[in-house]
Amino acid sequence: MMWLASPSLDSRVLGWSFFDGTAGAGPQLDADPPYPTGVAALVDGWRMVQMSPLIPPVPGHERDTSFLKHEFVFERLVDVD
Amino acid sequence: MDTTPSDTTPPLLTTDQMALFVSRGFLRFDAVVPDDINEQAMVELPGLFRAWLDEFRGVAPGAAALAEVDDDAIPLPRSGTVLRDAYAPDSAFGRMVRLPTIAGAIRSLVGADPVVDHHFVHIKPAGDLHAQGLHCDAIIDEGPAFDIQLFWFPHDVAPREGGTRFVPGSHLRRVNMDDVSRYHHLAGEQYFSGDAGTVVIFHQGLWHAGAPNHGANDRVMGKLRLNPTEPQVRLWDTSDLAPRNRADDHMFARMDPGMVATQLRHSEPWFEPSVHRLETVQRAKLWRHLTGDAAFDVDWYLTRTERRAALVQP
Repeated sequence: MMWLASPSLDSRVLGWSFFDGTAGAGPQLDADPPYPTGVAALVDGWRMVQMSPLIPPVPGHERDTSFLKHEFVFERLVDVD
Repeated sequence: MDTTPSDTTPPLLTTDQMALFVSRGFLRFDAVVPDDINEQAMVELPGLFRAWLDEFRGVAPGAAALAEVDDDAIPLPRSGTVLRDAYAPDSAFGRMVRLPTIAGAIRSLVGADPVVDHHFVHIKPAGDLHAQGLHCDAIIDEGPAFDIQLFWFPHDVAPREGGTRFVPGSHLRRVNMDDVSRYHHLAGEQYFSGDAGTVVIFHQGLWHAGAPNHGANDRVMGKLRLNPTEPQVRLWDTSDLAPRNRADDHMFARMDPGMVATQLRHSEPWFEPSVHRLETVQRAKLWRHLTGDAAFDVDWYLTRTERRAALVQP
């Protein structure tokens, strides 16, 4: 998962998490962040499976801040023994 | 009335320190606690933790009950106890909160008579590589009044040896407890490391987490949460506030580096640019509360919308 600076996939990575379904048997990520932008992850073979929808602010809470807004989920399938 | 230091008050925070706290959500005091108090804490704090653990597991009556029958045990203050009555002056916690620098910071942030919410001792055993999920304590607490939490590290903490992870600038985001645990890496986050006796004071909302301890020694940290009992308005050394509190400098017009607004518009590496502006608004609103100045603003965001709103109200 990556959180970007804007809803645009080519914007800068602000945060990231790696959930490893291979329990360590597959390729690991070590750079921090692993990619500079969301597009860079696509170029490296990751498939984007979800992005945050653009939701208008809740009336009365237009200026509140909360979770990071621009969340992108990527996956990659690998063969493991 | 402005607050200025006197001979009877501990050294109060400066306007710059208060603005730093409002913008980043924490203040750090390196090696502020002397060695002898830290050494005392390294005896007392693990004992407090073990007593809690026994009580939690139901194998012992716990420290509070023990203290009633054991003169050597350390009584635990109940929630709501006024800080000055909460800890014996010769106890580790009692000595720490009475240090002039710490007492002055507490007084500046939550007033002269805060009450103890709770304290806890967090021990991260050597070799414990579990990374706690990112969280803020308690629930979504309404502002602008706030609690503070003192994180006291009574021994040297080297990098990667269990120093608390925390996210500068996260304190004003409205989230509940560990709903932010999904964020494993955020640009600009910090892992505490530093000298023995360092105290970091958090705004209650600051995101943080226990971190893996790759070291050979247990990491001990005493945490103390305090609630204010008076309005948190101009409690610090405000002798320089008035000339620095102007609302009419603007990043796209003319900025004055001497203004409080300079600190309040500080961005963090993990902020989305659009949300940074909203964070600036949140900080300006908190600064209005702390100064009692309802006209204060940063970069005119509040002023222009309030003025327009006033034009259409009946």
